[in-house]
Amino acid sequence: MDAKLKQESPPDLARKEGMRLLARASSDELNAAWEALADKPDISPVRGPETGLVMVRGRIGGGGDAFNLGEATVSRATIRLSTGEIGHGQLLGTDKQRARLAAIFDALFQREADRAAVQALHRAIASRIEAEDRRTAEETAATRVDFFTMVRGDD
Amino acid sequence: MYVAVKGGEAAIANAHRLLADRRRGDRTLPSITIQQVVEQLGLAVDRVMAEASLYDRELAALAVRQARGDMIEAIFILRAYRTTLPRFGYSEPVDTATMKVERRVSATYKDLPGGQLLGPTFDYTHRLLDPSLIDDAAVEQPAVKEPGEHVMRVSDILDGEGLIEGDGRMPEGHVMGDLTREPMEFPMARDLRLQALARGDEGFLLALAYSTQRGYGRTHPFVGEVRIGEVEVELDLPELGFAVSLGVIRVTECQMVNQFMGSAKQPPQFTRGYGLVFGQSERKAMSMSLVDRALRTDEFSEDIVAPAQDQEFVISHADNVQATGFVEHLKLPHYVDFQAELDLVRRMRRDYDAARAGSQDGMKEAAE
Repeated sequence: MDAKLKQESPPDLARKEGMRLLARASSDELNAAWEALADKPDISPVRGPETGLVMVRGRIGGGGDAFNLGEATVSRATIRLSTGEIGHGQLLGTDKQRARLAAIFDALFQREADRAAVQALHRAIASRIEAEDRRTAEETAATRVDFFTMVRGDD
Repeated sequence: MYVAVKGGEAAIANAHRLLADRRRGDRTLPSITIQQVVEQLGLAVDRVMAEASLYDRELAALAVRQARGDMIEAIFILRAYRTTLPRFGYSEPVDTATMKVERRVSATYKDLPGGQLLGPTFDYTHRLLDPSLIDDAAVEQPAVKEPGEHVMRVSDILDGEGLIEGDGRMPEGHVMGDLTREPMEFPMARDLRLQALARGDEGFLLALAYSTQRGYGRTHPFVGEVRIGEVEVELDLPELGFAVSLGVIRVTECQMVNQFMGSAKQPPQFTRGYGLVFGQSERKAMSMSLVDRALRTDEFSEDIVAPAQDQEFVISHADNVQATGFVEHLKLPHYVDFQAELDLVRRMRRDYDAARAGSQDGMKEAAE
């Protein structure tokens, strides 16, 4: 895993992070970003959108060798912009339209002229997820047990 | 003579129409939505996902609704659905150490990094029926506090002294198995057993786990840790040359720690059983970890003396879809089989009666 990470060049990491966020995007977020695009690109489908399964793996003991835990539904799409960029969208669930939009924004991210708009979408998704995670962490923290020791009477 | 019979089409069609009616129930009441099932019967949804071995909250909720709340029927429906979809690939193993923890308790360490986080638990409730739920009384917002430090894994803490077994390793050169691709064979390696247990019936695994506590294959367990929360699922995309995140799933993990007296091959130490389950289900994760440890007899030179240690018995009977298929098929027409058996029993009875009559005659003769 570490070796693989090292092979990735910096632009790949930015794209990878963008794809992570697009996979978590809601329909509303993707549709709003699409509506906001001044210049709608010409898109041709390469693959999908389609729904299938990914076998999710775990590790024995949490960090040991891998085993197959069970499957999850995944929807994916690959598209090509008229300017040649290829975009991939893949996310958990059966929402093929979300996968297609994620693929479009992945392709637009590679186009200099549209990158800023896609980055704005990335930031919006990231800050929503961060706020949700923060809220969950705070709610969990409130259920933390504070132990106290009863003082024994020594005399 | 074999007689083929046909019939019942109209009866079946009307029975299914009646089922749809009973499923909907009283039409003056609003119909329950899938999102309501996801939000308000979330643990039923989680159980269906775990035992169907398919993570998809909406589809699991649909299955629960379609099955009128019959869990095994819902599991069956979802399991059948997954066979209609193509397999895109295998994910990278999920990393439970980086889980966004929503609950984590340890029964072995009171003060540990991250603390005891109770989360949304039934523990310490009084199990009294709550009449306020009848009237749909308003529910308070959860309390909040500043989050603390990273929730460290208990197995990493125990590792320091070398008194506990490490995370599970398969033998050198082992190729990971997949139950959905190859038929079951025994003896079965631990990775395959864990896959089978992860989708095994909660009730069956609970009963087996309970049996180990009651003395049928003692394992001296402690809950090192139970944690529930979201983990990221990553899939390698060959066309890009790196793995990308597909989103997050909620899982429950249990690290069971077991006392071990040592054997000729190994010194006394703590051994471990592992449980990992889709959704929030610590009963299932704990049961799975107890059964996982009980089944590791070959690794610790333990004698198989109890059902929970017998891997062929446990794994062959853990799948409730298989089990219900075989048990419930008994109610389907067996008219011809039964006619044949009836004929056989009649003949045996004639022979039996004749033999008895013969021996009574013989006894009478001997007495005379």
